[in-house]
Amino acid sequence: MTSILIRGAALPSGEATDILVADGIVTEVGSGISSAASSVIEASGLTILPGLVDLHTHLREPGFEQSETVLTGSRAAAIGGYTAVFPMANTSPVSDTAGVVEQVMSLGDAHGYVTVRPIGAVTVGLAGQQLSEIGAMAASRAKVRVFSDDGICVSDPLLMRRALEYVKTFDGVIAQHSQDPRLTEGAQMNEGVLSGELGLAGWPAVAEESIIARDVLLAEHVGARLHVCHVSTAGSVDVIRWAKARGIQVTAEVTPHHLLLTEELVRDYDSRFKVNPPLRRNEDVLALRAALADGTIDIVATDHAPHPLESKQCAWDEAANGMVGLESALSVVQASVVDTGLMSFADVARTMSTSPAEIGRLAGYDVPFAVGSSANFVLYDPSVSREFATDQLRGKSLNSPYLGFTLPGRVVATIHNGRPTVLDGELLAPEEVARG
Amino acid sequence: MIHLLSTKDLSRDEAVQILDVAEDMADVATREVKKLPALRGKTVVNLFFEDSTRTRISFEAAAKRLSADVISVSAKGSSVSKGESLKDTAQTLAAIGADAVVIRHSSSGAPRVLANSGWIDAAVVNAGDGTHEHPTQALLDAFTMRKRIHGAASRGKDLDGIAVTIVGDVLHSRVARSNAWLLTTLGATVTFVAPATLLPVGIGEWPVETSYDLDEAIDAGPDVIMMLRIQSERMHAAFFPTAREYSREWGLDDERLSRLPAASLVMHPGPMNRGLEISANAADSPRSTVLEQVANGVSIRMAVLYLVLSGGAK
Amino acid sequence: MTARSVMQQADITRALTRISHEILESNRGASDLVLLGIPTRGVILARRIAAILDSIEPGSGTVGALDVTMYRDDLSRNLVRTPAPTEIPAGGLDGKTVVLVDDVLYSGRTIRSALDAINDIGRPRIVRLATLVDRGHRELPIRADFVGKNLPTSTSERINVRLLETDGVDEVAIA
Repeated sequence: MTSILIRGAALPSGEATDILVADGIVTEVGSGISSAASSVIEASGLTILPGLVDLHTHLREPGFEQSETVLTGSRAAAIGGYTAVFPMANTSPVSDTAGVVEQVMSLGDAHGYVTVRPIGAVTVGLAGQQLSEIGAMAASRAKVRVFSDDGICVSDPLLMRRALEYVKTFDGVIAQHSQDPRLTEGAQMNEGVLSGELGLAGWPAVAEESIIARDVLLAEHVGARLHVCHVSTAGSVDVIRWAKARGIQVTAEVTPHHLLLTEELVRDYDSRFKVNPPLRRNEDVLALRAALADGTIDIVATDHAPHPLESKQCAWDEAANGMVGLESALSVVQASVVDTGLMSFADVARTMSTSPAEIGRLAGYDVPFAVGSSANFVLYDPSVSREFATDQLRGKSLNSPYLGFTLPGRVVATIHNGRPTVLDGELLAPEEVARG
Repeated sequence: MIHLLSTKDLSRDEAVQILDVAEDMADVATREVKKLPALRGKTVVNLFFEDSTRTRISFEAAAKRLSADVISVSAKGSSVSKGESLKDTAQTLAAIGADAVVIRHSSSGAPRVLANSGWIDAAVVNAGDGTHEHPTQALLDAFTMRKRIHGAASRGKDLDGIAVTIVGDVLHSRVARSNAWLLTTLGATVTFVAPATLLPVGIGEWPVETSYDLDEAIDAGPDVIMMLRIQSERMHAAFFPTAREYSREWGLDDERLSRLPAASLVMHPGPMNRGLEISANAADSPRSTVLEQVANGVSIRMAVLYLVLSGGAK
Repeated sequence: MTARSVMQQADITRALTRISHEILESNRGASDLVLLGIPTRGVILARRIAAILDSIEPGSGTVGALDVTMYRDDLSRNLVRTPAPTEIPAGGLDGKTVVLVDDVLYSGRTIRSALDAINDIGRPRIVRLATLVDRGHRELPIRADFVGKNLPTSTSERINVRLLETDGVDEVAIA
């Protein structure tokens, strides 16, 4: 089998090391490894991180293959340094049965770029009426542990209570898209001074905060785990901080775009900046960065949301919500919290790999650099700086908000279960990566 | 001026220039041959994704009086209503050589998207976009005020010191927004009067005063009072309880009309809900400028088309 | 490039006086006479001529202004111009003898525009042209009926007309 010797990489803690990978696991760690290997990666000057795990991504297959497929999404993930992704359930058909989740997982395994662990819908068809067969999905080969109606809020309080209680049975967690539907009917952008000027219907922060407040209290009452998707406001951070101080089992994620971009970008009505939850104020961006640094927010999750050109090249009201983000995530995180001195690469490893794997109950990511662990790594060069362009995208869709921005960093290599998916900054071909 | 997308972008001098050019255009309407050859050979397309007979006719008349060729595309019955996108429609117009596109759209920002897109090379004039702006309406309102106040000596003047009160659904009104920016740029003071539900969040940051009390606003003796149209759909979304309560609190009824200073102008961008936000007497009184607003609309739109279509090659 | 003064205040006044008499002579009197100045300085000159006509035959100096911006043939190419007011005297132009008044006659395009403008306003019986300076280089078959001074120039030269009312001094200079 293949063996890879990584030489001279800097661990997240800073010290340089060699790592030998063989048969999919780490076999040696230390400086000056002399054992032979079928390939060697000279990694001095590069930082080695555990393979990134995205707890919130949209692969669009089945049903929306014009935007993305499991293959193209996996490739986008790999070039971004990811070795595992949790695709959301808003496919067509919806991922609300064992059959669909097993299919999506199998596609991921066959393509081989990343480990695909589908998220199951909370309600049948995402309709918010009836619980989906959570037990069947948990017991399936896909071993679903994260359940979400993302895209839609589970707004009925009774249904949310039942869902929180029921998933306890299966060691599951409900990942809530917190958005009160009645307060956000027709909403287009953050509600504030700017939305009034631009004549775009507002999406008030309270519509997110009030749902989170309700959900943490429900989670406390029934003793269940709650995960809050894409936190976007300073007020939400305050609620989560309060909940954690009370011992409530709540975890939270923030997207890279909410760490970097503000609503000012909406002024020209360029729908590349249209996303749900919307871009907010600078105060919110700063609060989110501080929360990620102090652990109030546990992880970074991309909410990678591909859309075809025609869904974005139109008037703002008509445009779809969403941004692609797998390829740019690490660079944006570096720019927003590492280069600003708030977090170290050790924190990046925690928030982008160890913690998301833990929340999603994904095995093999808890001690990444230990001998015997699955070999999932990304080699990253933080020292470069380049203008982000469409040639850095590998998914099927081009709706990135960063086109034209200067971003730091570059993924040089990604190793998934001991096999390389990216080398010398470029993806390996599907035939080389596929596992048949 | 390359495009006219919003009044927020206009400087005081640019705004006064538009009003002054409109003065000359107004003269043309008094002649026997109501035409000027200034835009001969130019093609102006009226692209109306939202129904509007009055504004569309006004722009058509304006373009024709400047001898331009006019093509009017309205949403109903065209491929636009069948789902043809803004982009496809724009590219069709570019292919037939439109020099200016006058666009009305129900999405805020659509004219800006069109102007920034690179799909067409034409000048873009915003004829109303969603709840964002309606710049030519504000310009004709300012022109009407200036003309009534300064008469024949209007040329070169702004609206310094004029107090304008705008009453009604500010939250959903593109006319209110365009007027707020333009009138304050021209030196007027603007006061919005409405229930709190119909004032946008963050209005404290705008260069306007606000009040919930129409009677108090009338007793302050504004030079101009402008009534905005109330839509009954807003009742169903709980912006106010009933039409009757709205009318009682914020309608310009005969009693309030009588307390208004004799010289005050009564304005309404139309169409009016007689009996709801404005009484029939108020609408028909000699202080009402509603009819001359229509005539002034053509002059303003002629001025705007002239200014975006003449001038050096870009 | 230093400017060479070719007409001073006294020269201009004499020229305008002569033009006024020529107008009356060719019109056989002052009846139905309308002077239309082309803004800006043409209007000033027209008013001066009107004042002179009034002093010779009281009531004969009917004067107005004719802005030709909208009729120019170069609108797309040059800087945007804000039009000046057009003021047609109360009797209108129909059946009148209209004398266009401008400061400098050069290519003739301004006068062509003026003729188009007049056409849209009314139907004079006769249209004549009075100009303070004729500098040659006509691009259209247009000629002046009343000329203050013929000034042959090269196309690289510029004629500067300054008048008391707008520029503080009466002078015609070549630069």
